[in-house]
Amino acid sequence: MTETTTTTADAGRSLEDADEVETGPGVFRRLLRDRLAVVGLALVTLFTLAALFAPVLAPHDPNAVDAVDRLAPSSWEHPLGTDELGRDTLSRILYGARWSVGTAAVAAVIIMVIGVVVGTLAGYFGGVLDTLIMRVVDVLLAFPSFVLYLAILGTLGPGLRNLMIALVVITWDEYARVVRGLVLSLRERGFVRASLALGASDRRLMVRHILPNVVPPVVVLASLQTGKLILALAALGFFGLGVQPPTPEWGTMINQSRLFLQTSPALMIWPGLAISLTVLGFNLLGDGLRDVLDPRMGSSKYQR
Amino acid sequence: MTGYLVRRILALVPIWLGISLFAFSLASLSPSDPATLILEREQDEPVTPEQLEAFRERHGLNDPFVVQYARWVGRAAQGDLGESFRSGQPVFAELVSRFPATLQVTVPAFGVAVLLAVGVGVLSAVRRGSLSDHGSRIAALLSDSIPSFVLAYLLIIVFSVNFHLLPVAGRGTWRHLVLPVLTLGLATSASLMRLTRSSLLEVLDEDYVRTARAMGLPGRTVVLSHALKNALIPVVTLAALVLGSLVTGTVIVETVFAWPGVGKYVVDSIFARDYAVIQGFVVFTGTIFVVVNLLVDVLYVRLDPRVRLGGGG
Repeated sequence: MTETTTTTADAGRSLEDADEVETGPGVFRRLLRDRLAVVGLALVTLFTLAALFAPVLAPHDPNAVDAVDRLAPSSWEHPLGTDELGRDTLSRILYGARWSVGTAAVAAVIIMVIGVVVGTLAGYFGGVLDTLIMRVVDVLLAFPSFVLYLAILGTLGPGLRNLMIALVVITWDEYARVVRGLVLSLRERGFVRASLALGASDRRLMVRHILPNVVPPVVVLASLQTGKLILALAALGFFGLGVQPPTPEWGTMINQSRLFLQTSPALMIWPGLAISLTVLGFNLLGDGLRDVLDPRMGSSKYQR
Repeated sequence: MTGYLVRRILALVPIWLGISLFAFSLASLSPSDPATLILEREQDEPVTPEQLEAFRERHGLNDPFVVQYARWVGRAAQGDLGESFRSGQPVFAELVSRFPATLQVTVPAFGVAVLLAVGVGVLSAVRRGSLSDHGSRIAALLSDSIPSFVLAYLLIIVFSVNFHLLPVAGRGTWRHLVLPVLTLGLATSASLMRLTRSSLLEVLDEDYVRTARAMGLPGRTVVLSHALKNALIPVVTLAALVLGSLVTGTVIVETVFAWPGVGKYVVDSIFARDYAVIQGFVVFTGTIFVVVNLLVDVLYVRLDPRVRLGGGG
C-alpha cells in the first residue's frame, strides 16, 4: 500500500495486482516483530479461547448456587473465590467472556459490514445519497456514542436484543467515514480508471478493485472498535442495561458486586481485570496492525 | 474571521438539529405509549380509548411526524423540554439545577487531565524513546483500556476502604470531590497526553526551534517558551473532542459516587422510565456540545494567526 504517483505503467500493473493487498503471511511476520502487538494478540487469543472453551475450562456451573460457600476467598475448590450466592467466580469470568467478548465480536462484525457497505456506496456514487449519509455521520461522530446508547437502551429497555440494536444503529459511522474517504481516493487511481475504461460494471469495480483495498484500514479499525465496544458493553452492563442477571456478563457482575465492595473487593477486581485485559489486548493489536498495514492512519486516533 | 465563524455556526446548526431529531424519534421507540402512561398517572380507573383519543387530539399527537417534530424542536430551542413524569417539573429546570454539581466535578477533572497530559506529554516528547516516554505510552494505553467505573472502584478500594482517607460517595466537603475528580481526570488524560506528545514532537522539528537552539538558548527555554506555546494550539481543539469522554465519564462517575449531578439524574430517570428526561438530556448535551465547539473555534482562531490572518480555513 505504498502511495505512488500512478503512471500508465503503474496503472497496468496495479490492475493485475489489485487483489494482492498485503494481508498475507508477510504482514503476520512483521506483526510478530512488534512486542506490544504480540502481547495484544496473546491477550485476544486467550480470551477468545476462554469464550470458546468455557464449558471445558470452567471448574463449576457458572450459575450453581451454594448457600454454604458464600463470599469465599480463593481456594483450590474456587481459585478466584465465590460471590454472594456461592457461585464460582472463575467459572463466571470464563462464561462471561462469551457474553462480553462474544457479544462485542458479533456486534463488531455487523457494524463493520453495514459501515463498509454504506461508506462504499456513499463514496462510489456520491451525489444526494452521499450528502445524506455524511450528514448523519457528522451528527453521530460529533456526539459521544455512549450518551446515544444510554438514550436508546433507556427508551427500549434493557436486554441483549436492544443492546445489539443500540450498538449497531450508533456505531457504523466511523467505518463509513473511513471507507468513504478511501473509496473517493481509490476512484481516482489509475487501476480503477483503467478498469472503468475497459467497461467494467459498477459492481465488478466495487467488489474486485475497491473492496480489497479497503480491507487493511478496516481491519485496523475493527480491532480498535472491538475494544471500544467491549468497554461500552461493560459500562452498559454496569448500569444494569445490558444482559440481565443471572447471566454472567463482566459489567453486570461488577454492578452486582457493588454491595460487597467493603468486604469482598475481589468480586469487583476479577471481572474488572478481565475487561481491562481484553480491551488492552484489542488496543495493542489494533495499534500493531496499524503500524504494519497502514502507517498513514497514524493520527486517526485523535479524531474522536 | 467573521466569515469563518459564520461558516462554523452554519455547520453546527444541522448537527444540533440532527441530535434533536434523534431525541425526538426516541419517543416513537418507547415500548409503552407515553399518552397512556400520563393518563394512567392522572387517574385511578383504567384509561378508555375515548379518553386516549381525546388526549392525543388535544396534544397534537395525531399530527404528522414532521409537524410534531417542528413543534417540539421549536419549543426545545426555547428551553422547553417538556415535563418530567416523576416530579411534574419542567425537564430543563431539573437539568439546569443539577448542572452546577456536574461542573464542580468536570471542570477540575479537565484541569487535572490537562496538567497531567501536558506534563507527561512534554516529558516524553523531549526525551523521546527514553524510559519515561515508554512509561507514559503504557500509562496512556492503560487509561484507554480500564473502564472508568473499574478505575473508580479501584480508587475507592485503596483510598476509602483500605486507608479510610476519603469518603466512599456523596457530596459535601472537598474530600468528597477528590476521587470523582481524579477518576474523571485520569480517564480523560490519555488522548490529551498523546496529542501533546505528537504535537510537540512536530513543533520541535520546526525551523524556528532549530534557530533558537542554534542561537544557544538553553533547552528548557526553547521547549517551554518557543515550542510548547505553539504545540498547545491543537491541544486546545482537543478540549472539544475530550468533551465526549468527559460527558460519558460524568454519567459513570456520578453514578459510582452517588454525586447529585446531571449524569446521575438521567440514569435514575432511565430506571423510572421518565422518557421526557432522557430526551431532554440528549438535547441538553447536544446544545452544550455545539456551544463548546463554537467556543473552541473562537479560541483557536484567536490563538493561531495562520487561521486568523489566512481568512479562515
